[in-house]
Parts: sequence; C-alpha cells; structure tokens
Amino acid sequence: MIWLTWRQFRAQSIVAAAALAATAVVLGLTGLRVARLYDSTGVARCSARKDCGPASANFLNQVNASLDSHLPLLFGTALIVIPVIIGIFWGAPLITRELETGTYRLAWNQSVSRTRWLATKLVLVGLASMAAAGLFSAMVTWSASLIDKVSMNWLQPAVFSERGIAPVGYAAFAFALAVTAGILIRRTVPAMAVTLAIFTAVQFAARALRAHLITPLRIITPISGLTGANITIRPGNAGQLALAGNVNLPGAWIYSNQIVNAAGHPVSQVPLPAGGALSVQTCGNARTGPTGECFAGLAGHGYRQLVTYQPASRFWEFQWYETAIFVALAAVLAGFCFWWIRNRVS
Amino acid sequence: MTAVLQARGLGKRYRRRWALSDCTLTVPAGRVAGLVGPNGAGKTTLLHLATGMAAPTAGRIDVLGGRPASSPAQQGKVGFVAQDAPAYAGLSVADHLRLGARMNPRWDSQLAAGRISELGLDPRQKAGKLSGGQRAQLALTMAVAKRPELLILDEPVASLDPLARREFLRHLAEAVADQDLSVLLSSHLVADLERVCDYVIVLVASRVQLAGDVAQVLAGHHRLTGPRSEATAWPPGWHVVAESHAGRQTTLIVRGDSPGAPGQDNPGWTVGTLSLEDIVLAYMRQTVASHDGLPALEVTR
Repeated sequence: MIWLTWRQFRAQSIVAAAALAATAVVLGLTGLRVARLYDSTGVARCSARKDCGPASANFLNQVNASLDSHLPLLFGTALIVIPVIIGIFWGAPLITRELETGTYRLAWNQSVSRTRWLATKLVLVGLASMAAAGLFSAMVTWSASLIDKVSMNWLQPAVFSERGIAPVGYAAFAFALAVTAGILIRRTVPAMAVTLAIFTAVQFAARALRAHLITPLRIITPISGLTGANITIRPGNAGQLALAGNVNLPGAWIYSNQIVNAAGHPVSQVPLPAGGALSVQTCGNARTGPTGECFAGLAGHGYRQLVTYQPASRFWEFQWYETAIFVALAAVLAGFCFWWIRNRVS
Repeated sequence: MTAVLQARGLGKRYRRRWALSDCTLTVPAGRVAGLVGPNGAGKTTLLHLATGMAAPTAGRIDVLGGRPASSPAQQGKVGFVAQDAPAYAGLSVADHLRLGARMNPRWDSQLAAGRISELGLDPRQKAGKLSGGQRAQLALTMAVAKRPELLILDEPVASLDPLARREFLRHLAEAVADQDLSVLLSSHLVADLERVCDYVIVLVASRVQLAGDVAQVLAGHHRLTGPRSEATAWPPGWHVVAESHAGRQTTLIVRGDSPGAPGQDNPGWTVGTLSLEDIVLAYMRQTVASHDGLPALEVTR
C-alpha cells in the first residue's frame, strides 16, 4: 500500500521538492545578503552601545531599498497561501480522483483493508504536506530572521502566520479539509473551491480567536510626569485636557492602551475645573504645557494608563497553540474520513 | 452442494431507493455461474455486497464461509473485476502488476507476467492508453493472479467489441480450467454467458427467477406450439413459464422433465427446443408481466 501511495504521489512530490530546492537557493542567497547588511549597518554591534535606533533605521531602509531583500517578505506572503495550495492539490484528489475514475474498486479488491488503504494515503501524503509547508516556513523564517529581529513585529497577525511552525498546522488542516470535502462532494474541482472558502474563513476565525488563547498582560502606570513619557498631554479647548498613552514595548502585541479614571473607565478627555491642582491654570496653558501640579492633580484624581498586551516573548507559545489547534482540527476531519470510508461509501 | 456465496433476505438501500431487497440466493462451488437480469435488477449491487464494496442494509451474505471484506485474508480469497475494469490511467501495466504483488500475499507473479506476454501487452504501456479490451484483460489478470478461490466479474464484456468479448471469455475459460476457481459473472448478454457458464441465475427485481445447471435448464424447458387455447390440462410437474398467442396459434414455454408427454396427451401440439437466451428472456418477461398486475394473456391481446 505504501508503494502504491508513493507511486501515485511521485510526480507531485518531485514538483514540491524542486520548488523547495529553488526556494532554498533564492532565500539562502537573500538571507546571506541581509546578514551582510546587518553587519555593515552596525546593527549587529549596536546593542552593546545601547543605541540601536539609527543603525536599525538604516538597516531597515537599506533592506527596503534593495529589491532582493524584499524576497523574504514576498515569500512570506506566499507562505500564507502555500499550505492551502498544498492541501487543495494534494488532498482534494487523494480519494476523490479514485471515486471519480472508479479505481477505488480496483484498490479495495486487493488484500488490503479499506481502512489501511485510507490510513496509508492520509498519513503519507498528509505528512508530506506538513513537511513541505514546514520546510518552506523554516526557510522564510530563517531568511527573515534578522529583519524580524530589528522590526520586532512577529506577533503581528500578518507576520505571525508566515513564520515558525504554524504553517505546518495550516497545511495539516487544509489537507484534511480537502480530503473530507472531496469525499463528501465526490468531485475534485468543486471540492477544491469549497476547501479554499472554508480554509479562508477558518483562518480569519483563528486570527480572532488567537487573542483569547493566552490571558494578556496588564500594565497600570500612574500618571507621574512627563519624564516617564508614558503619556502625551495636549491642552484642549474649552477646559478639556486630551490624554493619550505612549507605549514602549518592543515587539509586543498591544490589545489596548487607554487612560482610565479612578472608576476604571477609559477616558480620552479630562474636564478641567477652574481651580485646584487639576485645573485650567495648571494644565491648560498651551504655551508652557502642563505643570508638575497638573500631574499631581491627575494622579490625585486616580487617572492611570492601562495597557493590555502580549509580550513578544510569547511568540512560540502562540505558535504551539495555533499549530495544535489546526492539527487537532485536521485529526477530527481525518477521523470523519475513516468513519465515512467504513460506513458510508457505495 | 457447497456454496461459495449465500445470501439470505439480502437488501441494500441507497438513500431512499432499494437497489436490492429481500434477495435469497445460493451460488454453488466449482461452477462458472452467470448472473443474468435486466438493467436495474440489482446485479451490480449484489456483486458489490459480495465483494464487501458495499455493506448490506438488511439480511446477510456469506462468501466462502465469511463476511465479505471482513479481513485481508477474506479479501484475498475473492478476486473482482469491476464494471468497466477500472485501472490507474497514469500507471503502466508493469506498475499494476507490481501493485498487485505488493498488495496480495498470494500473488502469482509468474502467472501474471505470463498472461501479460501472452496477451501481447507492453508492460511499459500506461493503462490509460490501453483499449477497453486490453484494460479488461489487465483487470482479469490482476484478479486471477491474486489466486482467489472465487472470481467475481461485473459485466466484464459489456463495453467490448465482439472480437474482444470473445477473446476475453476465452481467457476467462482458460483461467478457470487452469486453476481451481469458482466464478460468478454478471451480464445482461445471455449469449456471452452461454459461452462460458455452466450455471445460470436469473435475477429480476431482486428476485431469483431461475437458478440451475445450464444443461439441466436447457433439458428441462420446451417450446410447445399448438392450436389457440386458453387453458389446457398439463400433466403434474409441468409449469408454464410464458405463453403468447398469435392468430390461431399459441406458443408456450414450459418447464417439465419429459418432453414427450404433452405432445402425446394433447394432439396437435409440437415440441421444440429452446436456447438459453429464449428461456432467460421468458423468465424476465414473465416477471415484467406479473409486475404490471396483468396476466401474460391480457398483455398480448
């Protein structure tokens, strides 16, 4: 059975291997060029001097300026569609083509049980899908690693699903989904379309769900003064004070950043009464800006900055969760395929 | 009589439609049994149930003393040539033989290779490029080389031209002669069955209308032609299968043991012989008529 699966899958696997090899060459060269830029712009050595701002900016500018350094980003974008493409083209015909052409009647009449037939196909081609997506992701992750390190954006939804092990989960799910759609619809091309639609919907759902996987961290900072610079104050018109919090959490995924009053409600405008520590006199001067008294007044009234976020260090934790969820979905679908092949078919 | 296949009250429903219902049937061992019936009689469904391709909705079926496809060993004992002889279009003839060798523990590669060369098939040829007859031969080779005890063929020659049909049946007969095989073969072409079968089963609307040794069936059925009459007293043991009236003549197809008897008792009647096709068609027509709820006599008027 392994031989037959391999024999049927040989052409696709050769194409995939060739595509992966070509990607490895292109991204390998690009990765080396990016590494050279990383050295020449001084980002590699800046952390010792605790002054990475200019060097990082320079590095990112040069990366953006050179066409081939866009490649990791380009391939990263490709990585969004690659798991579903693999799933569709390897999963949808896997069983459906046999149903369409009637060859399942040949396969099922050898001395191999139907369950083993399905298991061999699902495991071999499914693992191949996951491996292909995983290798592709590994190459993109490696070639973009220095850019990611400087831009610190790997928890951003768009970047997150193009890095690490999540594409392995996507490939497993897309593959199992395509197989399931194929056996239910019994026609390859419609099954492909249905898979694409459902996969896209699930991807969006997963993005929305991801924020709830791990309880976010909270930072509550009292409004102490401009030296801490956690807040921007603009004296507003008509006795209003506009407050906006600043955040300095590199690479963090910020859920919310608010100024809250003593009751914990978010506010963006603070009314300024006529007298006292927090007043038009202390805070409302557009020319001199708020005084120390103004800050004391804000603190006294219980105004604080509240930030909820996921720190950048949680990247791999999120990746494991994401992968586990998609692999689990794939396993459920595979279980359904086994049930169907034993009970429903013909 | 030992049976290779035994069905009792067997039924299969696809969604709302019963493709086969309450079918009771026995296929004896060591025979080449032909399963005949009109389209939609449930032949393919019955064969799919026998190979385990489908599971029964009602009743039970035993093949070689076991449940169809209940284990790889059971699957190994039954060879199946499915309708239209499906083959992997992208795989070569040699690949198909390798597939058979890898998936069947009792595979006889010598037999398979011998048959392929005897057929003059190029092992490197892709199955998708084979003619219908060649593909059927490839499917037969695969089914035979797994050394089954029972070979089941679903309409193997329906889509073949007359020459390929004859060739296929000749090879089938050779395979049966070489190996200790029981065969169950479905077809709606009785003439083809006559060539290879020594046992015939007529299945109409899930019911077995006739089952028996071909020689005995031929010997036990007669065409009687005589003056037009509504009812004649026939000796006990005689059964009228079909009657038709034309002009002043009545033609009957009767089942009975001694052909001389009716002619002697009823002067004016002549006894004629029947081909297997005549007999099978008579049984099919009989059922069609009774299904309409009208006696055959009424229909022919």
